[in-house]
Amino acid sequence: MSDTHAQSVAFVRESFIPEQAPPARETGAIRWVRHNLFPTIPNAILTLLALYVIYVLLSGLLPWLLGGVWNAGSLSECREITGAGAGGCFAVLTERWNQLIFGFAFPQTEYWRPLLAFVLLFVAGAPALLPDLPRRLLILTALYPFVAYWLLWGGTILTPVSAFLGVLAGYFAFKATDRWSFALSLGAAVVAAVAVWWVGGWVASQERDFLAIQRIQSRDMGGYMLNMILGTVCISLSLPFGILLALGRQSRLPLIKYVCVAFIEFVRGVPLITLLFVANVVLAYFLPPDTNFDLILRVIIMITMFASAYIAEVIRGGLAALPRGQYEAADSLGLDYAQAMRLIILPQALKISIPGIVNVAVGLFKDTTLVSIISMFDVVGMIRGPILASTDWNGVYWELYGFAALLFFVTCYGISQYSQWLERKLATEHR
Amino acid sequence: MKTTVFLGTASAAMLVAGLAGAQTLSDVQERGTLNCGVSTGLTGFSAPNASGEWEGFDVAVCRAVAAAVLDDPSAVEFVPTTGKTRFTSLASGEIDLLSRNTTWTFSRDNDLKFEFAGVNYYDGQGFLIPKELGVTSAKDLDGATVCVQTGTTTELNLADFFRKNNISYEPVPIETNGEAQQQYIAGACDAYTTDASGLAATRASFENPSEHVILPEIISKEPLGPLVRHGDSEWGDVVRWTLNALVAAEEYGVTSANVQDMASAPGDNPEVNRLLGTEGELGAMIGLDNDWAVKAISAGGNYGELFARHIGEDTPVGLARGLNAQWTNGGLLYAPPFR
Amino acid sequence: MASISDHDTPKRRGFHPGMLLSDTRYRGLTFQFIALIAIICIASWLGWNLMRNFAAAGLNFSYGFLDNPANYDINQTLIDYTSRSSHLRAAIVGVINTLLVAIAGCILATLIGVSAGVMRLSKNWIVARLMSVYVEAFRNVPVLIWILIIGTVVTLSGGAPRDFLTRGGSVEPDRGLFLGSFAFTNRGLYAPAVEVGPGWPIVLGALVAGIVGFFLWRSHVKRTLFNSGKLLPVWPSWVILIAPVVIAELALGSISFIRPDVAANNFNIQGGTLIGKPFIALWLALSVYTGAFIAENVRAGILSVSTGQTEAAAALGLRPRRIMNLVVLPQALRVIVPPLISQYLNLTKNSSLAIAVGYADITATLGGITLNQTGRAIECVLLLMLFYLVISLTISGVMNIYNASVALKER
Repeated sequence: MSDTHAQSVAFVRESFIPEQAPPARETGAIRWVRHNLFPTIPNAILTLLALYVIYVLLSGLLPWLLGGVWNAGSLSECREITGAGAGGCFAVLTERWNQLIFGFAFPQTEYWRPLLAFVLLFVAGAPALLPDLPRRLLILTALYPFVAYWLLWGGTILTPVSAFLGVLAGYFAFKATDRWSFALSLGAAVVAAVAVWWVGGWVASQERDFLAIQRIQSRDMGGYMLNMILGTVCISLSLPFGILLALGRQSRLPLIKYVCVAFIEFVRGVPLITLLFVANVVLAYFLPPDTNFDLILRVIIMITMFASAYIAEVIRGGLAALPRGQYEAADSLGLDYAQAMRLIILPQALKISIPGIVNVAVGLFKDTTLVSIISMFDVVGMIRGPILASTDWNGVYWELYGFAALLFFVTCYGISQYSQWLERKLATEHR
Repeated sequence: MKTTVFLGTASAAMLVAGLAGAQTLSDVQERGTLNCGVSTGLTGFSAPNASGEWEGFDVAVCRAVAAAVLDDPSAVEFVPTTGKTRFTSLASGEIDLLSRNTTWTFSRDNDLKFEFAGVNYYDGQGFLIPKELGVTSAKDLDGATVCVQTGTTTELNLADFFRKNNISYEPVPIETNGEAQQQYIAGACDAYTTDASGLAATRASFENPSEHVILPEIISKEPLGPLVRHGDSEWGDVVRWTLNALVAAEEYGVTSANVQDMASAPGDNPEVNRLLGTEGELGAMIGLDNDWAVKAISAGGNYGELFARHIGEDTPVGLARGLNAQWTNGGLLYAPPFR
Repeated sequence: MASISDHDTPKRRGFHPGMLLSDTRYRGLTFQFIALIAIICIASWLGWNLMRNFAAAGLNFSYGFLDNPANYDINQTLIDYTSRSSHLRAAIVGVINTLLVAIAGCILATLIGVSAGVMRLSKNWIVARLMSVYVEAFRNVPVLIWILIIGTVVTLSGGAPRDFLTRGGSVEPDRGLFLGSFAFTNRGLYAPAVEVGPGWPIVLGALVAGIVGFFLWRSHVKRTLFNSGKLLPVWPSWVILIAPVVIAELALGSISFIRPDVAANNFNIQGGTLIGKPFIALWLALSVYTGAFIAENVRAGILSVSTGQTEAAAALGLRPRRIMNLVVLPQALRVIVPPLISQYLNLTKNSSLAIAVGYADITATLGGITLNQTGRAIECVLLLMLFYLVISLTISGVMNIYNASVALKER
């Protein structure tokens, strides 16, 4: 066999050729550049165009950032320092830092309170946001609203304590009457809570100075803190309302269904700014003549309405995505409506809805800047109002707008990265 | 859900007991603070300074009223309002008094149901224009682009003026004074129009104020003054006579420096004695202490002192007294007699 | 369940009040009744408060002010409007301006969004990264800040119209008009105006005929392809579209352009068309902002089409371009279009921030100046909401029709 072959084949290689390095244009960086940046002529043009755009952006941005002035009393001082240079005047940020973050009316001695509330937000948020932590820590989350309220608005500690006790009383009343129908035990919870609040409110109004810290009017809040407060409060408030609206929209009771549909479609159909106009110039006419909500509260009401309609639609999507079998399984176990929703449907539907809810939350947080149009001094309002109108800083645009944009970018990008992480995490649990 | 209910109580706690109706004075006294609407920022008239304190000519009116009513010029909650929100804030009772360069007009008085307590600044609408354009009269502005703050009477006067003179223009509506300055400086509009006092304040904040001129034409009458809700005459009287007291004090030479001396014992001038409460019972007639005017004047001084401190010729705003001089000096300030 | 109870117990036992809560047949009614009472109570409470407040302040509810002269001027009016026109007409000017910026914004946003979405999937590393930066930067920063930033950019980037002026021929201008007809200034873009002369109906007719012919030819090509398998060229459709109108115009010469005039006035360029700075700023800001969201939708849509589809089409021998047109896009569109339409809706609603750059949309005229000047807050805000509601419901109606039409093709 081998003989015949030896005769018919002139040459047999008996060893491998030593491996050679690939041609230079097919290795390393050059190959990467050829394949990723210049594979075809249109693509090459696109690459060059992109490089040019990057060059333009950086050549404008870098000297502005690096040559920036961080210490000066006014724009004209800045200009003296930079001369003809392209450096930015970041001194406005250092000089007006407190105003940008806290607004101009917040007492300077009390800055630690919103800061502490902000730090605590992470402590309290962690158990709810990180699925790995023990569930028991959720008590921190439940406590947070009361602590934050006390820290931000001040006054006697009795107010938040009695509010918390009321909730606690409601919770235990609900537990104690668990065997009754859902509606009845809910009623019992409400009665218990209201009773405690009533007593607590009376005590708090008597002992106004018991363990009190300085009271702060909500109109004194401003700057980025106001955006954070509005965002956090409205998003957390709109979740329960959104769930109720979504359930209402799915309800088989025509009246409830159509009321919910009308509400959701109405709110989603108008821009937020018109709702803020309502809060600002209309709502007062619909309240009793002898009452007066302050503006921030009216704004919270309207933004919460706005957000709950959007969250309701997200959750409705989650409810619709659940297989019919889940509903039927709940029915076949003999669970009533409240039980079925609480134990079977909602936990699953909410899990599906998380990305959508986060999207709404990010959008809502960005929309809190609209309050600047109705003369509230959030970070944008501070910039457009007192800071740009002041003699010292008239004409500093990029530094201020850039700073505001950066604040929002960091927050919103952070939230969306978290949501993607959570999505991946929850997705692996299913496999 | 928990947060929901909680915020419910929070809101109940924050409910401020009410206004509207005819007892603003007692409400203010009960509350211990005066809620005063001011503008969101106009140098010299009302603007928060770097430490967040409100300052200015309009702000001083609030402080004087607070001093007269509550004996404490700092017991004022300042509520910043825009052109859009100011009237609703007042009508709904969010504020007790609006002191925000607001023009006294027939329809605001009667259709919007407010009561103007007098005039603290006689103003008129003018035009600010860069010198290099070489314009000397507003009638030469044919074809110009004009920045105007939206939601004010200036917008209407502007339209009337150009229509009357049969010349054309391009309006650029702007929301805040700060943005109007930005547009004007960038050359996006040829002229900026607002009350002459506002123009002076705006020009004062420019880098090179001398490169801009205010045209001589004043195209409107703008009597600016504090206002309160219709139908509460007692409260309206308090504000009106506080303002009158400041004006009269200047006329009679009562200043923040000598008011305590003059109030300590009756002097030779019975009118001053009545004003300062050393003679007669004028305070009781408007439901205040007899030395209410003393307090109001001590808060920041008489009209002339306030003018000089906030918007006078020595300030960056640099306004001359002009129409706002005492009637004895050829101005329009004329306080009715304290009798 | 229902049938059992129908035939069984209740008829024998008759009705007793406890069943209002315990019996599923009545419980729904009970809850609805309670809800109804609650709604009526809340509504009448609000109405009663309104009446008391109005009575106390001596106000009333009336739309009579809409007929009164508005007394203010508007800087961009597509219909005849002077300061003597009524508030109603001012509101209509606002409506038209809103619709204009919304439609122009939707078109530009789609162009930006689709190109950014496709480029983000490109294998070109730099381009893909650049597009990611664009999308993230715009998605994570409030639209109001972008409107303010872009408004400032537009204000500061163009020169003043003054630089172009000859002031009656006495001054040498700093700059000349681009092509003798265009000037980009900080007040907007000056461009030639179009004027139509006699015979314009014929030119218009030719244009319409061209458009009709364009679609007729395309459907003819399609029919021939399906009937006989023969592929006719597509390019004649473009000839059919353009030729009639060009011929008519050449023959009649009824359309003329008026160039901007730099000599007539000391302040502004006169004549021609001015596309105002507020419009440009708002239009760009809304388009670029919404474009970032659309890019994400487009990317998701294209990714949703499985690679198996592309490979199967290639195996059938389709060319790459036809794979995109006939296989990938139709499937991707089904995913892209619904969120795309809701982005259009968002853009329209975001256009209500126009006042931040001084654009006279409906929120600025009716909800801004008219509201301030008349003090009719409730009337104005109600009317404003009604307008946006009608727009939104119309757009979602269109979306439902589209969804129904794609749903039919599903199996």
